[in-house]
Amino acid sequence: MNARILLWPGFAWLVLFFAVPLGIILLISLAHRAPDGMIHWGISAENYLRLLDPLYWAGPFGNSLVLAALTTIVSLLLGYPVAYAIARRSGPVKNLLLFLVILPFFTNFLVRIYAWFILLRPEGWIAWLLRALGLDLGLLGSPLGVLIGLVYGYLPFMILPLYATVERLDFSLVEAAQDLGASRWQSFWRIIFPLSRPGVIAGAVLVFIPVLGEFITPKLLGGGKVPMFGVLIEEKFLGRVPDWPLGAAMALVLMSLVLLVLARYFHQLKESRWVG
Amino acid sequence: MGRLRRWADRIIESLLVLDTLLVYIFLYLPIGVLVLYSFSASRYALVWGGFSLDPYRRLFADPEIAPALLNSVVVAAVSTAIATILGTLLALAFERARLRLQGSVEALVYLPIVIPEIVMAVGLLLFFAQVLRPFFSALGLTLGPMPAVLLGHVTFSISYVMVVVRARLRDLDRSLEEAAFDLGATSWQVLRRVTLPLLAPAILSGALLAFTLSLDDFYVTYFSTTGGSGFKTLPLYLYALQGRAAIPPQMNALATLMLLASVTLIALALLIQRRTRRA
Repeated sequence: MNARILLWPGFAWLVLFFAVPLGIILLISLAHRAPDGMIHWGISAENYLRLLDPLYWAGPFGNSLVLAALTTIVSLLLGYPVAYAIARRSGPVKNLLLFLVILPFFTNFLVRIYAWFILLRPEGWIAWLLRALGLDLGLLGSPLGVLIGLVYGYLPFMILPLYATVERLDFSLVEAAQDLGASRWQSFWRIIFPLSRPGVIAGAVLVFIPVLGEFITPKLLGGGKVPMFGVLIEEKFLGRVPDWPLGAAMALVLMSLVLLVLARYFHQLKESRWVG
Repeated sequence: MGRLRRWADRIIESLLVLDTLLVYIFLYLPIGVLVLYSFSASRYALVWGGFSLDPYRRLFADPEIAPALLNSVVVAAVSTAIATILGTLLALAFERARLRLQGSVEALVYLPIVIPEIVMAVGLLLFFAQVLRPFFSALGLTLGPMPAVLLGHVTFSISYVMVVVRARLRDLDRSLEEAAFDLGATSWQVLRRVTLPLLAPAILSGALLAFTLSLDDFYVTYFSTTGGSGFKTLPLYLYALQGRAAIPPQMNALATLMLLASVTLIALALLIQRRTRRA
């Protein structure tokens, strides 16, 4: 038997239902939307030129890029100590801690976002606590509320790769450094952190990419006041005034951004392999 | 100097512990509040009104919940079955055959994992609207929402199954397959009697992953049904409830039950994993 035929069913499926749809996105992004909403086929860059409008970049696209970056940074700051703490433990405690990080991440995304909806609403505990401290922040419907939801949703994607790299580190290097008079802080910054860079980068990629395309979190926690890439794409396809050609161009720009980030990541991976 | 350094170390150490503690609170606080509110007597989901099982009673009385649950389970079961077969075959082809243009073929198979889900969802929406529905109506048929959603779910699951099965296939001891060939087995016999049984745990993990992804999916389902009109899975039902001006209390009950279901599923997955590791 030629094992090559095993390829065909799955490959044909993905060509038909994945590659062809991507091709259709490309074709429609080059088409023209008539005032009546119909699509006039053709080849022009008008939709892409419309995306150059600074209003988009100051608004939804800018929001997506900034929120994705902030989510990545906050997740790293919160997640690194946790990953480190888990990696330095052993036995059942370690497994339990790891399990507790993964567990919320297996529950439905909408359920998790909804839980934050309860917590962040103006009559909720957190708003009450903040008011008691003299801070009157509208959390629901603000970028801060969306950021909290995003960090919650993607934190495990940061912790897991960090944990995987820190766990494999050779901690005798740290002992050696401390024997030579380095403080813990120094040994962390000069040895552990640089060695865990692959985990940091992997975590950053795993958080940054999906947040760029997010639609549910800004929609539910942003209450329509924090437009992002994904929200805009949904609007162009399922909103009251659909504009498929423009939406298709947005989807392709989003995909290109993601592939660019990934290409950069794999490039770095290859280089660090040459060095290390 | 030494004392100062020890103090600094101790402060850093306690900050580490504090941060870890805060992160775990951060992870579990929303879940705790959700479960608590699912036992609230109030008519509104966001108001605490004393203990009651009322939200659960309302949930089971809601006529939309049973169809949504059924849709979710049927879509997950059928799409998992198809995706598991296709994904396993792809993994076998990648590891056991010499393919032309293997790099490009692999790129196509890995792409669904890395691109944002919303892009795939948009592609399917356009494909259904521009190609598949016109094609079906030309044949005098209509493409219902269920087959469309199924198709989409198979499409995003195949690659994940392939990755899981391929990882195991790579570590498999080839000498067992070679021994079977030497003893005169045909390649079909080797596949059925040697390779597939050895792969069974990985295929099961892949299927479980596909099942979870399908149960959880929002984007592809939402776009494939052009906004969930007329056909709802559980996530779409949750989304619709949240869109209402006053969220009804059964929302909390449903969210809590879904939480329970996913915890049970992971526990099951871990149990299977532990068993197969021991075996």
